[in-house]
Amino acid sequence: MNFDIYDFSSFTKSIDEGLMASMSPFWAITIEMIIIGVLILGFYAVVGLYLVYAERKICAFMQCRVGPNRVGPYGFFQTIADLIKLLLKELIPIKNADKILFNIAPFIVIIASFMAIAAIPFAKGLHALDFNIGVLYVMAVSSMGVIGILLAGWSSNNKYSLIGAMRSGAQIVSYELSVGLSLITIVILAGSLQFSTIVEGQRNGWFIFTGHIPAIIAFLVFLVASTAETNRGPFDLAEAESELTAGFHTEYSGIKFAFFFLAEYMNMFIVASIAATVFLGGWMPFHIGGWEAFNGIMDYIPPFIWYIGKTAFVIFLMMWFKWTFPRLRIDQLLTLEWKYLLPINLFNIILMAFIVLMGWHF
Amino acid sequence: MKSIINYLAEIFRGVSALIKGMKVTGYYFIHPGEIVTQQYPENRKKLVMFERFKGEVVMIHNENNEHHCTACGICEMNCPNGSIEIISKTVTSEDGKKKKVLAHHIYHLGMCTFCNLCVKTCPSNALKMDQTFEHAVFDRTKLTKVLNRPGSVLMKGVDK
Repeated sequence: MNFDIYDFSSFTKSIDEGLMASMSPFWAITIEMIIIGVLILGFYAVVGLYLVYAERKICAFMQCRVGPNRVGPYGFFQTIADLIKLLLKELIPIKNADKILFNIAPFIVIIASFMAIAAIPFAKGLHALDFNIGVLYVMAVSSMGVIGILLAGWSSNNKYSLIGAMRSGAQIVSYELSVGLSLITIVILAGSLQFSTIVEGQRNGWFIFTGHIPAIIAFLVFLVASTAETNRGPFDLAEAESELTAGFHTEYSGIKFAFFFLAEYMNMFIVASIAATVFLGGWMPFHIGGWEAFNGIMDYIPPFIWYIGKTAFVIFLMMWFKWTFPRLRIDQLLTLEWKYLLPINLFNIILMAFIVLMGWHF
Repeated sequence: MKSIINYLAEIFRGVSALIKGMKVTGYYFIHPGEIVTQQYPENRKKLVMFERFKGEVVMIHNENNEHHCTACGICEMNCPNGSIEIISKTVTSEDGKKKKVLAHHIYHLGMCTFCNLCVKTCPSNALKMDQTFEHAVFDRTKLTKVLNRPGSVLMKGVDK
């Protein structure tokens, strides 16, 4: 077993071969799936908790406050304490709620984000599912989460929940278009829907630089649309605190509420990693075509660090949006999508296709 | 053509307005010196409250343990929630006159809304608002306080 921090493919391959040699392929694949599931679950929990912490700290600094600073140094264990509290809390049964749907809803939300995270390339060789339709797959499973939100609102027997869920539905139906079209812009440039090929295609420069104007427009559109898709501020109409108490999760308590809360942050993480992978090169270090010495220095930083750094940058941008802009009204939300983002996006696709056709990209 | 220019100008205006907002929050984010919250238990040694802050009602005593209260009961009458009780006693002075003096000025901190009416209406300025605020106790009866110190007497010349 040779463990290489720059290339995990031989490491994962040796585990695979070791398991295959010692048992039948069925059990080997089952055990591999369990290992990957447990690893992703652990990663999911840790990232979710620390994104909550990061969000609280960043929002505090933007509002001239200090943020959590009592539990541990700089409040570092605050979210762990919160999680323990939520685990110990009572799950309140709701009178006249649709029991089955009410209990299923948080799991659908969690499963949707859990399935999406499997297709994300974390580093070279550290990639659970590498479909040849990876981008399409992530789009499909990540938009399943809204079914959970709709079910949660519908089954709660509460008008605030229902209004929140319906708003969320309208929002996802609109903004899914922009997310998809802005990704297709880059797919035209990359010529592939497979994440590993897309990352490999950015070896001589990230797509946001090689695709210049249309790629930058697509990146900005993707940022706006994906912020809306994850139901985060300034598009958090589904849980608008000042209007709908807590929107679709008004009636949820304890760990079921924590599932929704965690899924919101993980969706943000997934969206940010897709943006980092498709536009900013994923785990690929910062390369400039032809500058061999510079590229060599950049290669010393492990790919995982590059990936985390880019994702953190996109997440920071999304948090910056949330804590700066006021919430949109529902008609403003739909106007933004159908009158501005969609026409710009369609024009942008044509522009990108033309540039690729003429070979004007780098 | 004009509508297209207007459309693009509108997008440009919108984006520049958003960037202005993000500049403000971004400035605060990279300038931790702008933080205005106070770290209370750590800074309690040098914590200075604002002048207008009203913590609790106290009675002014001078160094000879003398106060200004004539036990007239105006503060008791003016208190909107009945958090003041004046208990007076009658003493005979050396020249044989009977006189009402203060025995206990009882103040229920738990009922007080810090409206400042007792301080304002006191004809002899015997009361004032103090700035202490750490009033938490485990037993509610401890919030009932006697404002005049033990053995204190009326200052000479106040009741003339």
